[in-house]
Amino acid sequence: MVKAVDHVSFSLGEGETLGLVGESGSGKTTTCLSIVGLLPRGARIVGGRVTFEGEDLTRKSQRELRRIRGRRIAVILQDPMASLNPLFTIFRQVAEPAFFHQQLRGRTLRARVQHLLRAVRIPSPEWRMRDYPHQMSGGMRQRIVGAIALAGGPRLVIADEPTTNLDVTIQAQYLDLLKDIQRDTGVALIFVTHNLGIVAKMCDRVAVMYAGAIVEQAPVRELFNTPRHPYTRALLGAVPKLGSKEPLYAIAGQPPNLASLPAGCSFHPRCPEALPRCATEAPDEVHAGPGSAARCWLVSNGVARS
Amino acid sequence: MASPVLEVRGLTKHFVVGSRLLGAGGALVKAVDGVDFAINQGETLGLIGESGCGKTTTSKLILLQETPTAGTIAFDGRDIATLAGGELMTYRRAVQVVFQDPFSSLSPRMRVRDIIAEPLEIHTRLRPAAVRERVDAVLQLVGLAPDVASLFPHEFSGGQRQRIAIARALVTETRLIVLDEPVSALDVSVRAQIINQLEHLQRTLGVSYLFIGHDLATVAHISHRIAVMYLGKIVETAESDALCARPMHPYTRALFAAALPSHPDDPPAERAIAGEVPSALSLPSGCRFHPRCPLAMPVCSEVAPPLRLRDGGGEVACHLY
Repeated sequence: MVKAVDHVSFSLGEGETLGLVGESGSGKTTTCLSIVGLLPRGARIVGGRVTFEGEDLTRKSQRELRRIRGRRIAVILQDPMASLNPLFTIFRQVAEPAFFHQQLRGRTLRARVQHLLRAVRIPSPEWRMRDYPHQMSGGMRQRIVGAIALAGGPRLVIADEPTTNLDVTIQAQYLDLLKDIQRDTGVALIFVTHNLGIVAKMCDRVAVMYAGAIVEQAPVRELFNTPRHPYTRALLGAVPKLGSKEPLYAIAGQPPNLASLPAGCSFHPRCPEALPRCATEAPDEVHAGPGSAARCWLVSNGVARS
Repeated sequence: MASPVLEVRGLTKHFVVGSRLLGAGGALVKAVDGVDFAINQGETLGLIGESGCGKTTTSKLILLQETPTAGTIAFDGRDIATLAGGELMTYRRAVQVVFQDPFSSLSPRMRVRDIIAEPLEIHTRLRPAAVRERVDAVLQLVGLAPDVASLFPHEFSGGQRQRIAIARALVTETRLIVLDEPVSALDVSVRAQIINQLEHLQRTLGVSYLFIGHDLATVAHISHRIAVMYLGKIVETAESDALCARPMHPYTRALFAAALPSHPDDPPAERAIAGEVPSALSLPSGCRFHPRCPLAMPVCSEVAPPLRLRDGGGEVACHLY
């Protein structure tokens, strides 16, 4: 048995953006798929709750979840070519949520699709909606996926590394677009990324994941100004800053394999500040400052002392 | 100043696409169109631009995987198109490459020792014991223990594989390594290790790098000089510090505007420029950037601006200056 995600807790309010940050295999995507009940075969939620608008999603049947997914919760995945069906027109794919969830038909449906495409800044939507995905650029395809996500009028959008495959100027356009949409609709956003620059630009709060657990959670400024967990500090120091030639702060090693996690704190073999205790006992999440919490013995000890 | 290791003059590569039999009716893609740059001993030149701007074609021309349509590449002052036989082998030995994806650039069926030793077997007549010694030495140089040599690539993480790829690139008497997005596929904490390692190797061995990337902060960090490419042309080139202090070409400025902040309190960047990189099949007239340029003037759609000296050193190709 592999514990892909272990005791992950966070909450987010309307219009808020939470950044879920971590390296590959840290459990970011599994966390998101658990929320919408799309875990792969063989994976199970063995404990915990997902409360969305007051209802526990983990207790719902797939049939009930289907009425929530695509309507009140939407997901944007990394690779738009994999989330779009190459055999259907853009119109058909963008229309699907409105067709099933809102029973729109005919002229109203067409108007709705054009409105959505305009909202994601697709030029001349009345023409482009007859195209197929292969006729569009990568940036446009990702905006189409965004239009599908918005089609049901969601209250929560989970965006899993949506800009990883895009060029930098196109990425900047897409992030600006998401921000505009959020301002206009008040939708809550969970932004999964490994890029702290995106977090700095987009998020209100951040949860840093390592080896399936949230090791630190804080408001975005708090996290950048006073990172409490050594892993957060390592991530922040590892990113080159424009105009600085200082050597990067690199920690040794790589993220552990989830099937054979180290004992105690999963980060201790790479941690430059590890204590003897870290190798044997896993730290609990402790309050570390205004709205912030961390799982680290250094923080626990500091709290105990003060 | 020392003479450059590699000097590229008027480098041009055009591809014919969609042509029918006997080459009729094809369209011309000007992937690289009159590019000049030079790389000195122990120096890193960063080549930055978005997909389709000709970065990778440029590297393929240098690596002799493509032949240029026009222009020259000179290595130690000699045109590589004129090299043959032993001299050509010397060039191939001296110029190596590290690719983006260490999962597809290392043969899964070869042991690390054989992967790294292969260039030596092609290029030298070292005895097996000497090959072994050399392999162990480069493994140590890139921060891996010699006893990993008997393992297969799948037993390593992405960062370690990239170290193996770097070791392979260093094993001959390498003078220049083309680094084609070498850290883009790696995790953040591992990226920093590899960048630091590359910088350390350059300091100790004096090897030169052509660092190709699209992430401005990474390229600016590792490079001494930067060349910004857009649709097959270099639009601006300058010392890394000078470029960061004052990017002049509107495209360079757009790249800076699109760069992500390193702190939430960083002043908000200008709004990202609109539009996408046009197809290289139908290049805009005049300055290739003019359809996306927020500062375009009438002259920009008519006359392509040449590279001129810019303030603070370097060159810029824009009618504004």
